[in-house]
Amino acid sequence: MESLAKEQIIKDLLPQKFGKAGKIWVGILLAFCTLGVIAYILQLKNGLVVTAMRDYVSWGIYISNFVFFVAISLVGSLITAVLRLTQAKWSTPLTRIAEIIAVSAITFASIIIVVDMGRPDRFYNLFIHGRLQSPIVWDVIVITTYFFVSILLLYFPLLPDMSIMMQRKDQTGMLWLNKLYAYLGKFWKNTAAQIHISEKAINILSITIIPVAFAIHTVTSWLFATTYRPGWDSTNFGAYFISGAFLVGAGAVVVAMFVFRKAYHLENYIKDDHFDKMGKVLVLLALLYLYFNVNEFLVPAFKMKKSEEEHLMGLFTGEFAYVFWFAISTAMLIPIFILIQKKGRKPLPAFIAGLLVVIGSWFKRYLIVTPTLLHPFLPMHDVPESYKHYFPTWQEWAIAMGSLAGALLVVTFFARIFPIIPIQETITEIEEHEQA
Amino acid sequence: MKTNDTSRREFISATLLAGLAVTGCSSGKNPFEPDAATIETVKPSGEMIKLLSVDGEVIEVDKAFLKPVPSLPQVSNELARQGIPGKKFVMVIDLSRCKSLKKCQSACNHMHSIHPGQNWIKVYPQHEAEHTAPYWQPTTCMHCDEPPCVKVCPVDATFKRQDGIVLIDSDRCIGCRFCMAACPYSTRVFNWEDLDLPKEIADKPYSCETSVPQKKGTVGKCDFCPDMARKGELPHCVSACPNGVFMFGDMNEDVVTNGSETFRFSDLVRDKAGYRLMEDLGTKPSVYYLPPVNRNFPFENKEEKEENKKS
Repeated sequence: MESLAKEQIIKDLLPQKFGKAGKIWVGILLAFCTLGVIAYILQLKNGLVVTAMRDYVSWGIYISNFVFFVAISLVGSLITAVLRLTQAKWSTPLTRIAEIIAVSAITFASIIIVVDMGRPDRFYNLFIHGRLQSPIVWDVIVITTYFFVSILLLYFPLLPDMSIMMQRKDQTGMLWLNKLYAYLGKFWKNTAAQIHISEKAINILSITIIPVAFAIHTVTSWLFATTYRPGWDSTNFGAYFISGAFLVGAGAVVVAMFVFRKAYHLENYIKDDHFDKMGKVLVLLALLYLYFNVNEFLVPAFKMKKSEEEHLMGLFTGEFAYVFWFAISTAMLIPIFILIQKKGRKPLPAFIAGLLVVIGSWFKRYLIVTPTLLHPFLPMHDVPESYKHYFPTWQEWAIAMGSLAGALLVVTFFARIFPIIPIQETITEIEEHEQA
Repeated sequence: MKTNDTSRREFISATLLAGLAVTGCSSGKNPFEPDAATIETVKPSGEMIKLLSVDGEVIEVDKAFLKPVPSLPQVSNELARQGIPGKKFVMVIDLSRCKSLKKCQSACNHMHSIHPGQNWIKVYPQHEAEHTAPYWQPTTCMHCDEPPCVKVCPVDATFKRQDGIVLIDSDRCIGCRFCMAACPYSTRVFNWEDLDLPKEIADKPYSCETSVPQKKGTVGKCDFCPDMARKGELPHCVSACPNGVFMFGDMNEDVVTNGSETFRFSDLVRDKAGYRLMEDLGTKPSVYYLPPVNRNFPFENKEEKEENKKS
């Protein structure tokens, strides 16, 4: 009886070939990526003049996209580390989803930051002339660290699954996949000693990744907070960024849960209960982020210092009011309203709430970067009229959307090659459950 | 025979003069050294030119032996990063003298071949509060003693020299634009595209002291013209201003000048209540402003008038 159940689990969770929908999905993503690459080639050829960025708005959607990617990647540490260390067993089926989102997002964060550089050909200067006093160098250090810790956190739990897949060559299909599994995981013999080492390693990594995750997004917030500009000059920024990051990451996980559950028929593994629990987590995080937003906007608005006034009024009632209130309501207010109700934590409404969080958060990042740059201390003057506004060009949109598509493509291909729900861990948990 | 002899002596003194100009520059090869071929081929023209020798004597040199002196050889990147020893450059901008002629701006743009539309010097129409008087405020780079831009640069492409000048090394800049975000004075511009410079400017060897030619994908800004300072001359904006708004000088010598008038820096700033922009940020600028009192010109905002006409 037990072995049958085990076989069933393996059968359910082995990676499957793309169906028709999967192929269309991959095709769309590839199209977006190609468009992004074309736009980037144009940018390399002509310079950053192809963007709408100019001397005042010197950072645009590339940077807000970067912040978005770094933010979303924090979820890896939330689900795998925080929930693991707090012994929240229910999160086991979600760990790999969270971790691949983290790896893919942090990879594209690095790519998009190179895209933003005026001289990407001089990237190596960061290593031969790098100076520790610059927050950019801190970011390079912590993001690299986070990338490797996340890769390991993805890899170690995969080892037992790879040996399972190697035993079922006939079911996994392609030959090159088996070669890949063999290359990555042949040394895994599933001995007690190996399991012990692996568990220990995962525990150490889970503890390590929490401060590193805090560091990547705190340092990213410092790229702004270490300047004098109204809207950025805030001691609230680190906490404000981290809480927003956990929120958008958790939102992305809910979206991914829903999509994978539908696409791979995982209803027995990603249950309604998971949506219920993640929904509660989302409400908590949205409330937390709301709290930091109140601090970030209401306190300066109470004083209305002259330098802050223009910026704040631009957000509340001016040029950016639509985007501002859209972001506040889609990233926080509406999801809280949906998810606070028991009915709202069913898969579909939770999915919609998660999607709203992700979309709202993207625009929120845009609002963090651009409006501040349009309100410098000395008024904008002695520049061509086009320098005084910012709306991204098609090249910027193509590159930004291409990078988002690229991140989704990495997640999609990962789920094609590896089981998106940990097989071995699921089996072990069921066995433990039955024994108890 | 005799003529030959004189011409050689004359030639030697001419070379000496040129050689004098080179002393103090560290580059190994003397660019003024005439090669042997030219000495052989040049024939005296008979037209004599009077020159002042090193010893203060007036000497006559045949015109044929004079050749156009190229501008001073460029200092090495290492020296350009150190700055001129013993100096602390400052600028004083007298707001009571400015009528926004923008000669400073056009001279600066021309001498540095800046991208059309961009300016390193800006002249702001300032109006602090409802009942206060408007005035013109030219801004350069403030060459802060605590420069926020230098703090954030990840690759030491923008740096502070011992003579107080903040420069950019366009050969090193990676174009991250963090310095532009960090600068509270919005003084930095970015070369968003290829500059399409005339060949003779594009081919000039780049130095962070001349800031020419500007390079695509890197940041640029006012450099206080350290190449002029090395020659003992004033920055282009200072000499271009007909109203003597800009005064440039050395804080260690306690002297600033606009070319026609020279002041003791400490007296000037004390007597006229000089101040610096955004003192509260703690950036410690090297540019001082004299308040716009007893102004030489009424405030007329032509730009605004034109805009109003249009709309």
